[in-house]
Amino acid sequence: MTDLLEVTDAGLYCPAGGFWVDPWRSVPRAVITHAHADHARSGCDRYLCAAPGKLVMRSRLGGRVPIDTLRYGESTTFNGVKVSLHPAGHVLGSAQVRVEHGGIVWVVSGDYKTAPDPTCAPFEPVRCDVFVTESTFGLPIYRWPAPETIAAEINAWWRANQAEGKTSVLLAYALGKAQRLAAMVDPSIGPIHGHGAVMKLVRAYRDSGVRLPPIDAVPARAKRVGQGRALVIAPPSVAGSGWLRVFGEVAVAQASGWMTVRGIRRRRGFEKGFVVSDHADFPGLVAAVAATGARRVLVTHGSSEAFARFLRGRGLEADVLATRFTGEQPDRDDAGDAGDDDGVGSEAEPDVPGPDMSRPDDGAAVDPADRGELS
Amino acid sequence: MKRFTDLYGRLDATTKTSEKEALLVDYFRAVPPGDGAVAVRILSGGRQSRAVSTALLRTWAAEAAGIPDWLVEECYAHVGDLAETLALVLPEPVASPPTAAAMEWGGLADCLRGTVDSIRAEGDEGQKRAMVEEIWRGLGPAERIVWHKFLTGGLRVGVSRTLVARALAVVAGVEPAEMLERLIAARLERAEDYLELLDPTANTTSRRPYPFFLAAPLDEPPAGLGDVAGWQVEWKWDGVRAQLVCRGGETALWTRGEEIVGERFPEVIAAAERLPDGTVLDGELLVVRGGRQLGFDQLSKRLHRKAPTRRDTAELPVAFLAYDLLEAGGVDLRAEPLGQRRRQLETLAAALGWPVFEPPLVGDPLPSPARDSVPFLLSPLLAPADWDAVVTARTTARDRGVEGVMLKRRDGAYGVGRTRGEWWKWKIEPLEIDAVLIGAVAGHGRRAGLHTDYTFGVWHDGRLVKIANAYSGLNDEELTEIDRIIRATTLEKKGPWRGVTATLVMELAFERVAESTRHASGVAVRFPRIVRWRKDKSPAEAGTLADLRALVAPVDPVSLLPPSTHLPPTPRPISRPSERQTRLWEEGE
Repeated sequence: MTDLLEVTDAGLYCPAGGFWVDPWRSVPRAVITHAHADHARSGCDRYLCAAPGKLVMRSRLGGRVPIDTLRYGESTTFNGVKVSLHPAGHVLGSAQVRVEHGGIVWVVSGDYKTAPDPTCAPFEPVRCDVFVTESTFGLPIYRWPAPETIAAEINAWWRANQAEGKTSVLLAYALGKAQRLAAMVDPSIGPIHGHGAVMKLVRAYRDSGVRLPPIDAVPARAKRVGQGRALVIAPPSVAGSGWLRVFGEVAVAQASGWMTVRGIRRRRGFEKGFVVSDHADFPGLVAAVAATGARRVLVTHGSSEAFARFLRGRGLEADVLATRFTGEQPDRDDAGDAGDDDGVGSEAEPDVPGPDMSRPDDGAAVDPADRGELS
Repeated sequence: MKRFTDLYGRLDATTKTSEKEALLVDYFRAVPPGDGAVAVRILSGGRQSRAVSTALLRTWAAEAAGIPDWLVEECYAHVGDLAETLALVLPEPVASPPTAAAMEWGGLADCLRGTVDSIRAEGDEGQKRAMVEEIWRGLGPAERIVWHKFLTGGLRVGVSRTLVARALAVVAGVEPAEMLERLIAARLERAEDYLELLDPTANTTSRRPYPFFLAAPLDEPPAGLGDVAGWQVEWKWDGVRAQLVCRGGETALWTRGEEIVGERFPEVIAAAERLPDGTVLDGELLVVRGGRQLGFDQLSKRLHRKAPTRRDTAELPVAFLAYDLLEAGGVDLRAEPLGQRRRQLETLAAALGWPVFEPPLVGDPLPSPARDSVPFLLSPLLAPADWDAVVTARTTARDRGVEGVMLKRRDGAYGVGRTRGEWWKWKIEPLEIDAVLIGAVAGHGRRAGLHTDYTFGVWHDGRLVKIANAYSGLNDEELTEIDRIIRATTLEKKGPWRGVTATLVMELAFERVAESTRHASGVAVRFPRIVRWRKDKSPAEAGTLADLRALVAPVDPVSLLPPSTHLPPTPRPISRPSERQTRLWEEGE
């Protein structure tokens, strides 16, 4: 029996239905899990997405593209293949794509998280035969703290910065994470400002009916903003740029699942990191896979090989599915959207210079960082 | 203990040296002396023997976390720090267990004694495991990291010994250099040791070395340095920089990494008995046999032998080549001009019959009968008429087995650290080859999760043979880009190692190429590092093994020993070199 979905040059394709899921080339019919750039690319003839995400998708793809929508749980058919969308809990409008044909059910997770998020519908497990899962954080070192704990940490950091007269700059992906953070923090502490890329999506979220605290844009010719009291939410690409100048003295922190690992945070030059992710942590991935009841699991972007092997060890038929979805590289933002967030931190610290070891071919390189840093 | 864990977290959270220093000062002021002694020892890089093998810890942690062993290894490759990896995979701590109270406690010294030392002393593996698991249940991830580092014997927090000394100097109200000297020799076990370290009036006589004065690299030809007559010109030796300290009837041999290595070089220590008390020499450890210097690889064999046999000392005799006199008759000479110190050194050498060691050119007949096993040598002065003569001398450096020339200001004092303009090292231009990246493993520390430790090959018979591992020389942006390419072109994985399709060409620089039977390629390159990423070159345009062989240093006949006297090769270490080893391998100036 052939697979219901297969990877082609253009992306994940359903031959029976004649549609693609999150294609990376222009195709006639694209079913989109969510609006992040590695999943929703422009240039397709028709798009289908979950209704709550339509405005976000519009803000990304432009005003004229034909976008069809389905409510969560509602289904349609393409060539007799039944397609429905179910909440993925990743960002506003994110969906898992359920595909049913000839009594076989496949579910493509897109990106998902199992942790609660006040700005989008919670992840909903869908029973299926084959589950296509992401594995961005598919290693057991990734276990997210409770969102309340992180919110309290961010609030405390914001207050402490205020006490020192510093503006708090929180770097986060512009679509999803930024709005979620704004909804997480305590807005009574001080004013919240958003970078232009963030504000565009704040508007799309509000227009979609998501309640967010007051967030102000930064005026174009502003000389001084926030008076050392504000929380600024901006994409990571602003780190070290002139854009931050209007806020005076700043304390910069990154909000990302990668901040779990100290070495990654240090490399990016941030003194503070908050562990907040819109992806599932390892226990979340394991639980989600189990809840689908799927016997076969295909693992896409992330620690896909390790996670597939782990699942095989638990008796599942699991393989890596090679896609072009990103989200793997810790030096990009979680969502892998190069449109807003290029890797940052390159100027934060110079590389450790010079030759290091005197022994030829020792078979194990020495980490410059292990050598003590200064003299 | 809590105080120390907090300090660790805060040091880890900042990249600014001034903030780190301030944190250390606050900590050292507040800490009880008994804990202070332990903290200084740990922070300044002192190692203790591990209480549990890391292999056991990995296995126990995997079982506690309910994951297979291989997945712990995957995580380690990703995190780049074993203590942190285990801290993160272990299950959440159980709420308010009795041990949590115990960990708040007592303090650092008590914690080490109460948990780490008792686990180390426990002979029964099952008991050890029960003790470790009980502590695990009581600690959160941040505390676990620090505790694992104690348990496994090493804790690095991105502070150097110099920085620790600077902070302690602030607390004690003494000069940083003075504190560094105290720190190098301090015992740091009990409260009294800490109080003595911080005593502003403490008597400092001991077998401490002086802080090493370092040379800055000279990038331009030296013509701009003024009259050549104002400079003492010497060879830059390819050995290990060391100070020999004779005080109070005892002798200590210190490397620049501030390790005491006397027991490894008994021939030097024995011969030092003839030195007058109150003498400190600065110089270089070299293997010299038959009037010729053998390569650094031979010296590193001796460095690895903590208790050398007579055969070792006979086959690889080590000499201390003196080039400066820092103390004579118990008087600190460092403020004297170099010219004056040199004259005193020459007088001492003449009195003790130390020969001047001119590094012969490869293939030249030796000017005098080969002298074996002379444990003290005097560094010769070059007497160049002008800078051109220095330039010419430097061109012979590679054939002499030295790294270039040193230029030291004759009227200069012996300073501290690296002061530009006093001492220059003018190394020979490195050798270079374009090599193809054939594999990589993820880096550690700040490079965690990025594939930054590369394996390079050159062409031979239509395939790529491995010639070197290198990881330094690229900026973060390039490392990130290359990581992406490595992931996209991975052909095979062996544990954390990825073999890749040949697409990336890098220009590598190295100091020397030598024949080697230990490497599949038949050659060993010394000091390989990346000069630049050759995006303009395709792998087919990279260098060949024949190109590399053409650069092999001429073989010195003396190093061709009859097979029977060949020493067995040093076993290749399986793990990363420890910080201690790395320090030992650090080059002399």
